Amino acid sequence: MGEAQEKANSSEMISGSNLEKIFRAGHFAITTECGPPKGADVERLKEKINHIKGCCDAANVTDNQTAVVRMSSIGASAILVQEGVEPIMQMVTRDRNRIAAQSDMFGAHALGIRNMLCLTGDHQKFGNHPTAKNVFDMDSIQLLKVIDHIRTENKVIGGDDVEGPAKMFLGAAANPFGDPFEFRVFRLAKKIQAGANFIQTQCIYDMDRFKKYMQMACDHGLDKKAFIMAGITPLKSAGMANYMNKFVAGISVPDEIIQRLKGTPKEKQAEEGIKICLEQIETVRNIPGVAGVHLMAIEWEHKVRGILEQTDLLPRPQV
Amino acid sequence: MAETEEKVEEKQPKQPVDPNFVPKIVAFCCNFCAYAAGDLAGSTRTEYPSNIKVIRLPCSGRVDTRLLLRAFEEGADGVYVAGCEEGSCHFAEGNYWAKRRVKNAKKLLDEIGIGGERLEMFNFSASMFDKFVANAKIMDERIRKLGPSPVNVAAAKSK
Amino acid sequence: MIVAETKPIEEIYGFIEPYNKIMVLGCGGCVSVCLSGGEKEVGVLTSALKLKRKIDGRELEVVEMTIPRQCDWEYFDLMGSRLDEVEAVVSIGCGAGVQALVKKFPDSLVYPGLNTSFLGVGEKPGVWVEYCQGCGSCVLGLTGGICPVARCSKHILNGPCGGSEKGMCEVDPKNIPCVWQLIYDRLKSIDRLDLIEKIMDMKDWSTATDGGVRRMENPEVFALEHKQQEDKEPAKG
Ligand code: SF4
Repeated sequence: MGEAQEKANSSEMISGSNLEKIFRAGHFAITTECGPPKGADVERLKEKINHIKGCCDAANVTDNQTAVVRMSSIGASAILVQEGVEPIMQMVTRDRNRIAAQSDMFGAHALGIRNMLCLTGDHQKFGNHPTAKNVFDMDSIQLLKVIDHIRTENKVIGGDDVEGPAKMFLGAAANPFGDPFEFRVFRLAKKIQAGANFIQTQCIYDMDRFKKYMQMACDHGLDKKAFIMAGITPLKSAGMANYMNKFVAGISVPDEIIQRLKGTPKEKQAEEGIKICLEQIETVRNIPGVAGVHLMAIEWEHKVRGILEQTDLLPRPQV
Repeated sequence: MAETEEKVEEKQPKQPVDPNFVPKIVAFCCNFCAYAAGDLAGSTRTEYPSNIKVIRLPCSGRVDTRLLLRAFEEGADGVYVAGCEEGSCHFAEGNYWAKRRVKNAKKLLDEIGIGGERLEMFNFSASMFDKFVANAKIMDERIRKLGPSPVNVAAAKSK
Repeated sequence: MIVAETKPIEEIYGFIEPYNKIMVLGCGGCVSVCLSGGEKEVGVLTSALKLKRKIDGRELEVVEMTIPRQCDWEYFDLMGSRLDEVEAVVSIGCGAGVQALVKKFPDSLVYPGLNTSFLGVGEKPGVWVEYCQGCGSCVLGLTGGICPVARCSKHILNGPCGGSEKGMCEVDPKNIPCVWQLIYDRLKSIDRLDLIEKIMDMKDWSTATDGGVRRMENPEVFALEHKQQEDKEPAKG
């Protein structure tokens, strides 16, 4: 148990995904997000893929995010594979028990998917089917353990042998700003212990607090055991900044950012938001222990290229 | 807080007021305030609607949902509870209990189809006989506008 | 205790539509304590149903009754023959009570008057909160006596998730405290944070409803019942 993550920073490849190779080669990694369509519209998905093609090392494919029904993350991830963008397939435990989770992972692996991000998932109350029954057979940490078990022991969690290796490069999410703050790093450690090779954080605006968090993570040696990526979301307007601050649990936007956007004329706020985003990318690159940036441009995928072109992070290294 | 007459009117579909309709109204009155105020109204010869049947209670907190519903079962068109002013209940907080029960019973009356606006709670002290009269008039006017309770309407039809 | 809420009057009214004489049967157990199925509530429901019937121009006769418990056979004896008088029963016991009634009196028509909701505790007057889910393998020993299975909106065993803010759960920040904040605070206060630094393994849900309908046997008493049966049956051979 847990063998794989100890090797996360060693030279032995786990799944051999592009993302894994980038990390191992010591590059500062870039991931972004690609939300599947609310239906089977492949063309729309391909459009989104085109926006991010070449700008990232891998892209998260969300799994019915905020409990809104969309094309499955497995299906959409397979299309990303076809289109030449490496997917990070997200999987939530809200909708699957341990049987479905393992089976879906095998299916995903067979379709060429090599990165997987394990999440508990948003409560269905927030989505478009609030009367649904949820599953929550396991939480994200237990899901990591299950998938880690398969890749290290070659056995399903129930004990049977697995036919053919199925190794995923495993990721997990972390919220440095949820409460209780003091426990957040312990929970991160649990995720890494459960098998996470890389971590993507919730979007960060409060850099001072994030620095403190990373300091604690490094003190626990977690940056050596997993690749920690800072989550960044460009703000489109002062209104969005306000909304995120007030209504999204576990996100705090410092007043100075809100004020800065408020002080900018409406039509220039988006531009200013991107400027802030670029500054944030620079800041996190210089925080010890940060191995990459996870750029979540919510419904703004077409801006990703433009943002990254203003940094020296493009073109992405070939590994 | 008692519902305002405007609010009640908003809720009710406009229907012609029957001038011959005399509503049966039950007033559950606390012995220490409303009932005494009613007495005072009598001794000062102040008139109040004679169709109000006063029931004397040791405290407005004596009412419960069942009692309020029973009044309607027995044919009341409107019911109200009158207790001491908030903060000066003889039994410390009986009138707060009454207030919550009336609020709850209003909801139930809506569910049943009688309408919560046929039930009300008033607060005034023993010396306020003018309030006793005023509130009796408010209720009388309100129920006259609302017409007979659906229970009584149905009973009349089946006869 | 079992916590239950009154069903909408309209729904109960629909159940009893065909009948002219019914019984409303309360239970003196849990549902009396949570003020939804006791003697008083029998009265209120009776009045409400009668009033509604009156509005529809029909009379309804109601036998009101409350017995100490509806989930044990012996208490049904207290009903005497009153059941024979009525066409149907509305039970405002919990779901177990309603079903016990059906089992005991297979010829009667029994309808539920409550929505049975959860196992909980009255936190303050008039407020009951879910505390236990009856999962069949108690984890309270690992969580400082506060249950994440029942009280975490996502039943997370390695919490808190990212939705915990200022001690409240994002699923309903006004009413649901984040149970993992409570567990953390509690374990910190008793100096046992070590308990949640370890990963809590996946739960064995076979002891919960997921394992099929559950039963419990007390070996002594159960054996006794068998004994009686064995005694009755002629010995073989
Ligand atoms: S906020 Fe706390 S109680 Fe709510 S789902 Fe997350 S861990 Fe559970």
